[in-house]
Amino acid sequence: MGSVELTDVSKTFTLRVDGAEQAVRALDRLSFGVNDGEIVALIGPSGCGKTTALRIAMGLDSASSGRVAVDGVAVTGCGHDRGMVFQHAELLPWLTAAENVMFGLEMKGVRGAELRDTAQRYLDLVGLTDSGSRRPYQLSGGMQQRVGIARALAIDPKVLLMDEPFGALDAQTRETMQAELIDIHARTKKTILFVTHDLDEAVLLADRVVVMQHGAVQEIMEVPLPRPRGDLEALRGSAVFAATRYRLWRAINATAH
Amino acid sequence: MPRSLITLVSLAVLVGAWEFFGRDINPVFGSYPSAIAAAFVELVRTGQLGAALYESLRPFVVGYGLAIIVGVPLGLVIGRFRVVEAALGIYVTAGYAMPLVALVPLLILWLGLGFAVKAAVVFLMSLFPICINTWLGVTAVPKSLIEVGRAFVAPNSVILRRIVLPATLPYIMAGLRLAVGRAVVAMVIAEFFTTISGLGAIIINSANNFDTATMFVPIVVLMVLAIGLNGLIGWVERRVAPWQAEIAGRDD
Repeated sequence: MGSVELTDVSKTFTLRVDGAEQAVRALDRLSFGVNDGEIVALIGPSGCGKTTALRIAMGLDSASSGRVAVDGVAVTGCGHDRGMVFQHAELLPWLTAAENVMFGLEMKGVRGAELRDTAQRYLDLVGLTDSGSRRPYQLSGGMQQRVGIARALAIDPKVLLMDEPFGALDAQTRETMQAELIDIHARTKKTILFVTHDLDEAVLLADRVVVMQHGAVQEIMEVPLPRPRGDLEALRGSAVFAATRYRLWRAINATAH
Repeated sequence: MPRSLITLVSLAVLVGAWEFFGRDINPVFGSYPSAIAAAFVELVRTGQLGAALYESLRPFVVGYGLAIIVGVPLGLVIGRFRVVEAALGIYVTAGYAMPLVALVPLLILWLGLGFAVKAAVVFLMSLFPICINTWLGVTAVPKSLIEVGRAFVAPNSVILRRIVLPATLPYIMAGLRLAVGRAVVAMVIAEFFTTISGLGAIIINSANNFDTATMFVPIVVLMVLAIGLNGLIGWVERRVAPWQAEIAGRDD
């Protein structure tokens, strides 16, 4: 199981601008849910609060009011039931790829042979079977993010939370990674909530897209593409993809004004 | 051109110029490399230099070692915890500027004239640069790396030991380098002001005899020692923080 429920989540930051305190409302009674095994994309113009929403779901930030629950259990901080994939991978530079994956596992209390075997299994899953002993600076951006995904998946979370996971990658690598994420999802059936600013990515990967505006939900859009979505190339050329992408584009542009 | 060759050429030019012009100076007022070398050989032959070096290095090693053992953890907690920073930060900042020479007489009253007071002077002089650098290093650790620890539910102690400490290593190493210079100076000051001993004694005694060439021997030895220790720290740094050299944006 692995459902996420955000109910009336609000977040107010206090900024100091020219010595005066200014309250900024990042989230304004945001509510949406992610069902078990579902992939949901959070999209919207920059500053709409999508990353804040993800960070609150992870427990890295706390909500000013409202409630976040995973499988009905209220989130009060970070937990092993959620695995976080950061925008820039954020691997620990002094650890090897395998050690980075093991770090998360160790924090969960996994030790000994199980630790090594599990880390290797997830490196295999993301296609880095032979790169476990490399350090982050010896890996390309795409490979670093694969390690980041392996690290989050290895603790076997109920939900995978991803903050623009492919946003920092070049177009070609991004497409490869999108295909791999589809593949990983097909194999692990993980619930995934990810933030993106890429329309194609949202439509290709997600079952539903949450369009945000001014810290609230503007629209939740179903993506009528069937699963499994093995052949992304064919999907990109399909009429359904084009129509959905256009609908989404219009929804986001409507928010921009 | 390899780096070591550039250094060697620079050194040859300096020593050559010193030798050339130094010979014209009255040997009481100055000296020159070949005279210092001769004095060096003489001090080594009589065993004076070896004995003095050993005598000086003992409090140096103890004081400097203690400064690392105390300064690094202290800097880590000051940098990591706001409360500790507010409570102790001012003492470290003030301590760095403390005119230690003025306090040596007081230290003598507390610790006597022997080994302990010398180690204490070295300790106090090297503690603050180590501590301040570590502290600065902690405040420069990217928030995103701390959040990796938090996201995987690492306890504070684990975040400190396994994320903050390694991320701070380059700063700690810079602090250790700065502290070497101060520790060498502290060692000589201690030898001047307490029981005159070690390399400091050779400096004072030869200066009193107007034997300037001999006086320069321990000074040069100390400078070479500092260079050697810096090299050693650099070597350790490349061993414990190999990623640093890889991600640093330095032209070679």
